[in-house]
Amino acid sequence: MTKAQDLLLKSARWKPWEYALWLLALAAPWLLSSHALIINEIAIVALFALSLDLILGYTGIVSLGHAAFFGMGAYSAALFAKLVMPDPLVGLLVALLASAVLGAICSATILRGSDLTRLMVTLGAGLILMELANQFDWLTGGADGLQGVVMGPLLGRFEFDLSGRTAACYSLGVLLLVFVLARHFVNSPFGATLKAIRDNRLRAMAIGIPVSRHLAVVYTAAAALAGAAGALLAQTTGFASLDVFEFHRSADVMLILVIGGAGWLYGGVIGAIVFKLMQDAISSITPEYWTFWIGLFLVLLVLVGRERLIRPWTWWGRA
Amino acid sequence: MTDAVLSAQNLVMRFGGITATNKVTLDLRKGARHALIGPNGAGKTTLINLLTGVLQPTEGAISLDGQDITRLAPYQRVRRGLVRTFQINQLFDTLTPLQTLAMTLSQQQGLGGKWWQALGARRDVTERCEQLLEQFHLSAVMDQQTRVLAYGKRRLLEIAIALACEPRVLLLDEPVAGVPAGEREELLQTVAALPAEVSILLIEHDMDLVFSFATRMTVLVNGTVLVEGEPAEIAKDSRVKAVYLGHGDEINDAIAVAGAGASSTAGPPQGGTAPSGGSAAPALSASADPGAVASVGAHTDA
Repeated sequence: MTKAQDLLLKSARWKPWEYALWLLALAAPWLLSSHALIINEIAIVALFALSLDLILGYTGIVSLGHAAFFGMGAYSAALFAKLVMPDPLVGLLVALLASAVLGAICSATILRGSDLTRLMVTLGAGLILMELANQFDWLTGGADGLQGVVMGPLLGRFEFDLSGRTAACYSLGVLLLVFVLARHFVNSPFGATLKAIRDNRLRAMAIGIPVSRHLAVVYTAAAALAGAAGALLAQTTGFASLDVFEFHRSADVMLILVIGGAGWLYGGVIGAIVFKLMQDAISSITPEYWTFWIGLFLVLLVLVGRERLIRPWTWWGRA
Repeated sequence: MTDAVLSAQNLVMRFGGITATNKVTLDLRKGARHALIGPNGAGKTTLINLLTGVLQPTEGAISLDGQDITRLAPYQRVRRGLVRTFQINQLFDTLTPLQTLAMTLSQQQGLGGKWWQALGARRDVTERCEQLLEQFHLSAVMDQQTRVLAYGKRRLLEIAIALACEPRVLLLDEPVAGVPAGEREELLQTVAALPAEVSILLIEHDMDLVFSFATRMTVLVNGTVLVEGEPAEIAKDSRVKAVYLGHGDEINDAIAVAGAGASSTAGPPQGGTAPSGGSAAPALSASADPGAVASVGAHTDA
C-alpha cells in the first residue's frame, strides 16, 4: 500500500476504541437495566442527530425543520402499525420510505439560496407538516395524538415490555446499523464530494460534481434516517402526537450537534448522551427551570469552546 | 475554423444595461497555447465564465468538438473535458490536497456517486494522485489541510485540481496572479510542462509569461475582441500598445475599430487612461523586443 493510499484509508478504518464503545453501548440495556428507557431515548435522539449531521456537518445545509421528517416517520410507523400490520421492522421500513419521499420532494427547496434562506424554508416546511397533521385529525388524531398503537413482537419473539429493554436493544441495533452505513457513506468518494460542496460550491461544480443531484441525494437520505428515528419513537412508546413535529425538536437536535460537534459522526452520539442525561438530571432537580441551565450550558459551551470546556486545566492558562 | 476544439460564436453577455461581452468570437485550436489579454475590466473572466457555463450568454453559441454546449451545466462541460482554474483560488479548505485530488479523480472516473467504497480504495486513483502531487510539488504537504497551506502551494493545488479533471481544454485564469517571487518559478515550470495535447486558453497580465507561452493571442478590450493574431503581430500592433500604454485618442480609435460591426457600448475602457494591470505596460514593451517573441517557439516545443 502506498503512503497516499494509507493516508486516505486511515479515516475509514475502525479504531479499537470504537469497537469498545459500541460493545458497551449494546450491553447497556443489561448493565443499566433500570435505565433502559433513557437508553432508548438517547439512541433515538442520537440517530436523529446523526441524520442532521449528514446535511449540516458534512454538507453545510442548515435546517431548522428536520423535525418534519422525524414526525413523518413517527406518524407513518404508528399509522402502519394501527391500520396495516403491527410488525415493527416492516413498519420501520415503511416509515423510512415515506420520509425519504418527503425528503426528496423537500430537497427541491434547499438547492438554492443562502443559509438564512434555507433556515426559513426548512422551518416553514416543518410548520406546514405540523399543521397538516393537526388538520387531518381523522387520520392522525389531531391535537389528541394517535392513540391505540399496539406493536407486535420484534422479530416475532421479543415483546416490547414496560422495562424498555427490548425497545432499547431495538433502537441501539438500528442506530448501530445506520452508523456503520453512514460511516461508509461519509468516507466514500460521494462523502468527499459533499464536503467539497460544503467548502466551495462553485469549485465543486467546476470539477464536474452534479451539485444539485448530490444535495438532493443526501437530503433524501438524511430525511429517511430522521424518519427512522421518528418511527423508533412511535413504535417504542406506542404513541404519536403533534409533539414529534414541534419546532423544539428541530432546535434540540441542532443543539445536540453543537454540543457533540458537527461533521463528525460521533458528535451526534456524544451530543445526544450529554444532552439527554443533562435534561434528565436537571429536570429531576428543577422541573420548571431546567431549560435555564441547558441555556446557560449552551452559552458557556459556545463562548468558551468545546475543546477548552472539556480541558479544565487550560482554563487559567493564556488563551 | 475547422480544427477548433472550442469555439465561441458572437457571444453577448449583458448585465442589465452593461454589456460585459460584446459579440466575441473565439476559436481555440487543438493543442493550442492561446493567450487572452486585455486591461482589467475587459471582460476576460466573464468570457471564461460564459465558456464554462457559470454564466449563460444573452446571445451567441459555444461549441466543443463541434457540439453545441451553450446550454449545458458547468459539470456537464467538465465531463466533456472543458476545465478551468480560477483567478482567485477556489479550493476545498477543510480537505487535504491528497483528499482533494483523490475526490476529483474519483469523480472523473465515475466513482463520485459511489458511497460503499472508501475514498482511496482504488489503486489507480491513488497512484495518479501521487503523480500529480509530485508534479505540482505538493507531496510534502499532501496531508495538511488546504487552509493552512502557503499561497504558492494553494496556487499550485488550484491548477493540480484542474489537471486531475483530465482536461482536453484548459482555461487558466491568471495562474501566477499574486504568487510571491520565491514560489513563482515553481508555478511557471508547471504551467510550461502542461501536457501538449491539452488545448490551453491562458488569461494573464504577466506579459513575460504570455509571450513565452502563447503561440496565438486575442486582445479583449471593453468586452470586444480588439485583435487576434500571432504574438509577434500583437506585440507590434499600435492599437494594443495604445490600450496598454494608455494614450487616450488612440484608445478611442482602437475601440472604434474593434467595435465596428459590433454594437459596442463604447466609452473608454475601464482603467484605460492609466495603464490597467500596472506591471503589464512595461512588460508589453519589453516583450515587444524580437528576442522575447522569438522565445515563443522554444517554449511551446518544450
